[in-house]
Parts: sequence; C-alpha cells; structure tokens
Amino acid sequence: MSATMESALKARMARQEGWNRPPHVEPEGEGELLELSMGPHHPSTHGVFRMDVSLDGERVIRLKPVFGYLHRNHEKIAEGTSYLASMPYTDRLDYFCSLTNNWAYALAVEKLAGQEVPERAEYLRVILAELTRIQNHASTIGFLLQEMGASGTPLMYAFREREKIMDLFESLTGSRLMCNYMRFGGCRVDASAAWLDQAHKVVATIPEFIDEFERFLRSNEILMARTQGMGVIKPELAVNAGLSGPMLRCTGVGYDIRKVDSYGIYDRFQFRVPVGDHGDIYDRYMVRMLEMRESVSILNQALKDIPGGPVMDPKAKIRNFRPKPGEAYGRIEAPKGELGFYLISDGGPNPYRYRVRPPSLINLTILEDMCLGHNVADVVLIFGSVDIVLGEVDR
Amino acid sequence: MLGEGIIKGMAETARNFFGSFVSKERLITVEYPEQRIPTFENARVFPFLVYDGADWEAGLRCVACQICEKECPPKCIYIEKSKEKKPDYAGKLQIYPAKFDIDVSVCMSCQICVEVCPFEAIKMNTEFELATDDRFGGLLLDRQKLARSNEYYHSIHPTEAAEVDARLAEEKAKVEAKAKAAAEAAAAKAAAAAQAKPTDTASPKTDTPKSGTPQSGGEGA
Repeated sequence: MSATMESALKARMARQEGWNRPPHVEPEGEGELLELSMGPHHPSTHGVFRMDVSLDGERVIRLKPVFGYLHRNHEKIAEGTSYLASMPYTDRLDYFCSLTNNWAYALAVEKLAGQEVPERAEYLRVILAELTRIQNHASTIGFLLQEMGASGTPLMYAFREREKIMDLFESLTGSRLMCNYMRFGGCRVDASAAWLDQAHKVVATIPEFIDEFERFLRSNEILMARTQGMGVIKPELAVNAGLSGPMLRCTGVGYDIRKVDSYGIYDRFQFRVPVGDHGDIYDRYMVRMLEMRESVSILNQALKDIPGGPVMDPKAKIRNFRPKPGEAYGRIEAPKGELGFYLISDGGPNPYRYRVRPPSLINLTILEDMCLGHNVADVVLIFGSVDIVLGEVDR
Repeated sequence: MLGEGIIKGMAETARNFFGSFVSKERLITVEYPEQRIPTFENARVFPFLVYDGADWEAGLRCVACQICEKECPPKCIYIEKSKEKKPDYAGKLQIYPAKFDIDVSVCMSCQICVEVCPFEAIKMNTEFELATDDRFGGLLLDRQKLARSNEYYHSIHPTEAAEVDARLAEEKAKVEAKAKAAAEAAAAKAAAAAQAKPTDTASPKTDTPKSGTPQSGGEGA
C-alpha cells in the first residue's frame, strides 16, 4: 500500500472513530447504577427482545440489545429446500409486509436465473408493495402512539384502515398476512377487474384517513413534547451504520432504493422522497406520514396505467427449477428499509447460500446511540420509532 | 394556546364516536360466531383431496406421485403408494395413495402443494374452524377426512374449479382419442395380419379388450 493511501485510510479511520463509538454518558452524583433487563416479554418490545439497561436514576447510561429469541433458522432451512419452497418462509420474516418480502426474494431469484417479468405482473407488484407500505406505516404509527400512552384509539384507527387493505390482499392472494403471492417470473394469480375496482375504492379512502390522522395528532402537544429532540440520529452516523428506509431519511439523507435502483418499473412513476431534518422521533413519524401520501400517488398512477396480458412468464418453471451457477443480490425498498436477498447457486435445485439483509436488524444496531442520556420511558418510544418486526430481526 | 392540539384530537375522536350512530360504515366490528363475513373465493386454509363420482375411495384423483410430499416446505404430507393400480379419470391405470396424511398442526397453508400437483388432485379448503380437543389424532387428517367431492370444490372455488374441469375434460378427450387411434391402428394391423394369414385370428381378440377396459373403467370412475 502506498504511503498516500495509508495516510488517507488513517485519516478516514480517525474521522470515523467518533461516529462509530456511542457517546459516553457519565452518571451524575453518588450511588450505584441499576441494572435493568427490559424484556424479553415486555409489552413494548413488539415480540421477544431484551434490552439490558444500566440506569442512573431514570437516565440510561448503557444499553445492550439482546436478540435471537425468535431465531428460526430461516437461512439454513432455505439452503436445504427448493427455491420455491422458501417463498412461503419469506412471508414470515417481516409478517406485516409479506408481499414486499416476496418481491425481494423473487427479484433475487429472477436476477440469478435471468428471468423476465411480464408488464402486468410488474404493475401488480408495485400496487401490492405500495399498499403494503401504507398499512405498515399506518400500524407502525399506531403502535408508536400506543407506546406513548394513547392507549388504543390511534392504533384502532390505523387498524381499521389496515383491515381494508388486508381484505384486498385476502381476496387476491388467499391470505391476509402470509400472502405467498409472487413467483419467479411473475405473480401467482391474476387480479380480476372487480379486484382492481375495489383497490381503486380503497385507495380513494386513504387520503381521507391520513388527513384525519393528522388532524388527530399532528399538533398534539404531548406528542410534540415527547418526540421532538428525542432519539436524535446524526446523518453521518446513520450512513455509517448502514441504516435505510425512514430511519435514514429522517436524518435528511434522501436515499430511496426506488429512486436509486429503480427496480421493477419504479422509474415510470412520479413520486417524491420525503426527508426529515432533525433525525428525531417526530421526523420519523412525519416521514412515514408523508410516505403514505406518496404511496397513494404511486397507487393512483399504477391503477390507472395497468395493462392487460399475462401475469406469469410462460417459460417459468414451477417444478425442477434449477438456475445456472452464479450469484445475485436483489434489493428493494421495503417499508422498513433496504431488504436484500443474496443468493449463490451451484446449479442445484436449492441455493448454495441464502442470505437476508434485514432492514429491521440493521436499523436496530444504533439503538444505544439513540437512547443514551434519555429516560427509561423514552427508550420505549425510541425503540418503537425504529419500526422493527422481530421475525425479521432474528429470522 | 397550549392544549389546542389535544382538543383538536379529541374533536376528531368525538366525530368518530357520534358518527357511528349516523353512518353504518363506521361500525366495522363483526360479532363473529353469530355474524359471519363470507370467505373470499381465493381464500385458502388447509388442503383437501378431490374425488370424482360418488365413492371417495375409488374417485380420488391423487396418483401418489409424491411431488407435493417433496415440495411441501414444512414437510407435513405423508404418502404411501399402493401395491396395485386402479384406473384414473382418463382411464389410465395408476397407482393410488394407500395412505395420505396431512398434519394440519404443521401445515402452513402456503398452497405450494396445489401449485405443484400435475393431476389437480389437491386443492385448498376454506373451512377454518378446525379446533379439536385431540391434539394428535384430531390434527393428523387421513385420506378419508381429507377427501371432498368435486361438487364441494365447485361450491367453494367456482371459477377455479370450472377451469380445472375444462382442462381435465380436454386431457381426457386427448387420452381417449389417443387410445381410439391406438385401437384402430391395432385393429388395422390385426386385419392386415389376418388378411396375410387368414387362419390366425387370435391377435385381434386379445387386442380389443386391452384397449377397451381402461375406457369403460374411466367412465365408471
């Protein structure tokens, strides 16, 4: 290595050192620290997740996230079964957004096998992914407000909307949550004209719901007092930690894989990427609200333009699917961030290596940086604003 | 003014509360055991085996090819092949499942078995109230418990079942045409042989029942 390169590397490492280490918080006054184990069965943890917290009074001095309680061996199971048989397992990663999981996996396999996707299937994928994004953001905000103490009402309003979208999913794919809808080279079944009509009707009611939700909470003093300036992430740290999705965009970094990669047919739609400014919980909340509005606009365009035709590549094989040897990484902008599937094929019926890049896990890694110096009650809020699903964190 | 935002939010809640007395669409709760939402046509819960005709055992479409057993992601299907053969819907002699069990406590309702089945023999049911107090025997369904008639399939998935029936009829016609052609060719060959050797009449007699039996069996099944 040349001397200039070495010095550049050293300078870069010195610059990064401050970002990579969590800020040090000193306890105030005398006395011992209180070690508290929050979880794994804590109502605020959205599943089974534990935080080992060291407290000085109410202030958090240290926080260690402990995960793995829901480990189900997803990646190893996928290496032992056929490509198709992993598809229903991907539903169970992030069980709020099974359709985007399906899409990411299908995209990776399509890259691996060099398959084409028919036009209509691409449109259906976009429609379903955006519906998924809306219902995920709505319920995330609902859960966040529940953790803030607004017990029930906002969550029920969010779930009322979610239910309409779930009904759409069920009538098309057969299941509310575990949709298992996308296949390598298209989608499993075609959407009827009646379904598209119904989707039109549901999408038309969503802006009204978002308006209602904003009137309901946007200027709420309690919400603002508890979220503004809380759990701040700096853009440098966010980029260095590999955050993605609303967690990254709330810091002001306008990185959206729909724009950067324009996978599928996202380059055909007009939409904006909302970014925050402060990187606090309120910005994350607002970014999600605005993303729902953008999703509605994408949905309106997609439902208007959807062409006819087949939904499945006629050359696609269901049985005896063996992609040629090689590797592929397919990534999409899932509601929670960048969801990627990395596959290596050795030409056999099952993948040689199968790896998921879960947005929830990677967004969770900077939990300590966000929580230090705040109170225990705020840890619950900060954790809720990360928007994780433990099925995806532990896999 | 401090508290203005909270009051605005409360007004929204009140609008929803009083609105539910006026507009029916705000009342979204369904009181389940008494009221029921009809299931969607595409809904899927657990698989069942389709049979044609009146007798479930004779009419099972399954030929125990074991593709679903291999492809099933959680491996909840257990199949044992039969020793002897029986005629299927098109009249071909096929193996049938001597044992076909599905453990519905393991099944994850993914519909992969339906997609990979080349014989349209396994389909998804929409029945969801399967609670039982027997956690082992009650959840391991054998082929008799799994068998449902084609009429039942038509009643739960009408569009899909009509497509399947059309496809099966087409295949049956193809098989029958092939069998007929084969029989005719055999007859012609036999006639030619008979013309060449007028004394030897044994071969056409043995040929005719061979091609005839599966056809009649197919109509019966």
